[in-house]
Amino acid sequence: MPRVVLGRLLTLVLSLAGASVLIFLVVQALPGDLAQVMLGERATPAQIEALRERLGLNRPWVVRYLDWVGDMVRGDLGTSALSGLRVTDLVAGPIRVTGWLVLWSTLGSILVALPLGMWSALRRRHWDGFAVNALSQFGMAVPAFLAGILLVLVVAVRWGWLPANGYVPLARDPGEWARHLVLPVVSLVLVQGALLVRYVRSAFVEVLTEDHITTARSVGWTKLAALWRHGMRQAGLSLVTVLGLQVASLFVGAIVVENVFVLPGLGSMVLRAVVQRDFIVVQSVVMLLVVAVLVVNTVVDLLQAVLDPRIRAKEQR
Amino acid sequence: MSALLEVRDLSVRFGRHRTLAVDRVSLTLDEGDRLGLVGESGSGKSVTALAVLGLLPETATVTGSVRWQGREILGLPDRELAKLRGQEFSMVFQEPMTALDPLMKAGRQVAEVLGLHRGMARGASRPLVLEMLAAVGLADPVRIADSYPHQLSGGQRQRVLMAMALVNRPDLVVCDEPTTALDVTVQARVLATLDERLDDAGAACLFISHDLAVVSQVCARVAVLRHGRLVEQGTTAQVLGAPQRPYTRGLVAVASLEHAEPGSRLPLVDDFARDGGAS
Ligand SMILES: Nc1ncnc2c1ncn2[C@@H]1O[C@H](COP(=O)(O)OP(=O)(O)OP(=O)(O)O)[C@@H](O)[C@H]1O
Ligand SMILES: [Mg+2]
Repeated sequence: MPRVVLGRLLTLVLSLAGASVLIFLVVQALPGDLAQVMLGERATPAQIEALRERLGLNRPWVVRYLDWVGDMVRGDLGTSALSGLRVTDLVAGPIRVTGWLVLWSTLGSILVALPLGMWSALRRRHWDGFAVNALSQFGMAVPAFLAGILLVLVVAVRWGWLPANGYVPLARDPGEWARHLVLPVVSLVLVQGALLVRYVRSAFVEVLTEDHITTARSVGWTKLAALWRHGMRQAGLSLVTVLGLQVASLFVGAIVVENVFVLPGLGSMVLRAVVQRDFIVVQSVVMLLVVAVLVVNTVVDLLQAVLDPRIRAKEQR
Repeated sequence: MSALLEVRDLSVRFGRHRTLAVDRVSLTLDEGDRLGLVGESGSGKSVTALAVLGLLPETATVTGSVRWQGREILGLPDRELAKLRGQEFSMVFQEPMTALDPLMKAGRQVAEVLGLHRGMARGASRPLVLEMLAAVGLADPVRIADSYPHQLSGGQRQRVLMAMALVNRPDLVVCDEPTTALDVTVQARVLATLDERLDDAGAACLFISHDLAVVSQVCARVAVLRHGRLVEQGTTAQVLGAPQRPYTRGLVAVASLEHAEPGSRLPLVDDFARDGGAS
């Protein structure tokens, strides 16, 4: 077991290193110049050159890359050249907004998808199981932003039940905080949940046709009990992988939904930083998202090794 | 007094328009009886067995009658049938490689069956589980009990399955080609164990196989299936020694391949089955 953990952690470190190089290079390749943006249209080339020198932009990219990574390892995400604020401070508020959004959407999709997916697998030869399946197909086809806009139009504008946009921190007013999060979370859950329903369904359909479920029934478990005792873990194994991927796509989805609902999350922050050519902010925040996704996936891999004796056996050889 | 198991005119159809997989099959087993069910691949042996235990998928339509100790059990709700399965009758399956839960240790899978029907806690059932594993011929029951299925050989898995089927001393054990997936030497030993355990328990057995030699070793009576229909039924000596139907004669001839001349054309069942099974 320790070897499995070590192997996964090594993979994690290598992927992080690879991702950081990629992010750095892509951000460097973005058109536009920070010095130019800071000084405005009428700056002379000499002024721009001087500012570039002062910001360290003229050093070779390898040096700048190592500088950035070294700082990050020490927990310093750099300092925004535009505002002069540390990125760690800038990010503190938005990371909570996006974090809550992703957390509740993940929990929400699981809560919706698990029972619905199991139901549609068990009842796949009946009209109700079929209906769940068809609905999930429809839900998947709707983009999250469209779902968001429709929800705003109906629930917020037409009925006036919930705020259409904005955000209130949890510490200030928990009630308002929840009210502002409902619609963004629901629009993410509609889409991610629909996708997850399909995965849950196919995981359970696969399990249901396994020979050992018939064995379990032959010794006296009812169909449902056999599925619960001998199918859950197996279905869980394939679903855990999917969930890891879902969290990744939820971060992307969250960025879009943040824009629809004008939430001050990481998504809006990155977009603003791109427009302003505040490269260090873009770099560090994107890197943060990548770290989150890769860590989730590593945890998923480890969970799988814990749950599946066959993987454990393979790794030990 | 009614028979232990009485199957009357059992028919099974898959889907809506498909042909019959099992066509008006009738069988009777008394206490301690051993009935062999033979036939080619696809003749409906497994489907018949699964229909008796109510384990067919929802796509199957089953008609006729299955009486267990005089009580009609065909069409009984899953919950009611589950009470009988594993307790009064049980089944050993064809494929030992996939029939065990890959994520659960072998011993626990046996213990579950005890817990299920006798409400026994896991700790309390451990000695019984080990005893049962030893009884089905596993030399190192402790190690086997603590192994996952992928750590066991095919023969060991099949013995674990037998332990699960037998641990509650059911009155009937349906064995669906329990040794087909094993190699010949292992096959003989597993069969011998099964034979002993059935004798001990005085359990009846519906023994499915396409191997006539195996059937004659285990069973007193034989029924022959072809295209889902029973074509012949009688004592093993009668049916295999002096087969009445051409199809059965074919099966017997195909089975005795050891007598075939090298290089000569092997007999096919169809060579003997000109009567088209229309019986
Ligand atoms: N789930 C199913 N859906 C549709 N048809 C099925 C299903 N199960 C079995 N059949 C059909 O029923 C017929 C009988 O199959 P069965 O499994 O009983 O054969 P068998 O005699 O056990 O053969 P074998 O010796 O290969 O195990 C076959 O034609 C098969 O295609
Ligand atoms: Mg079969």
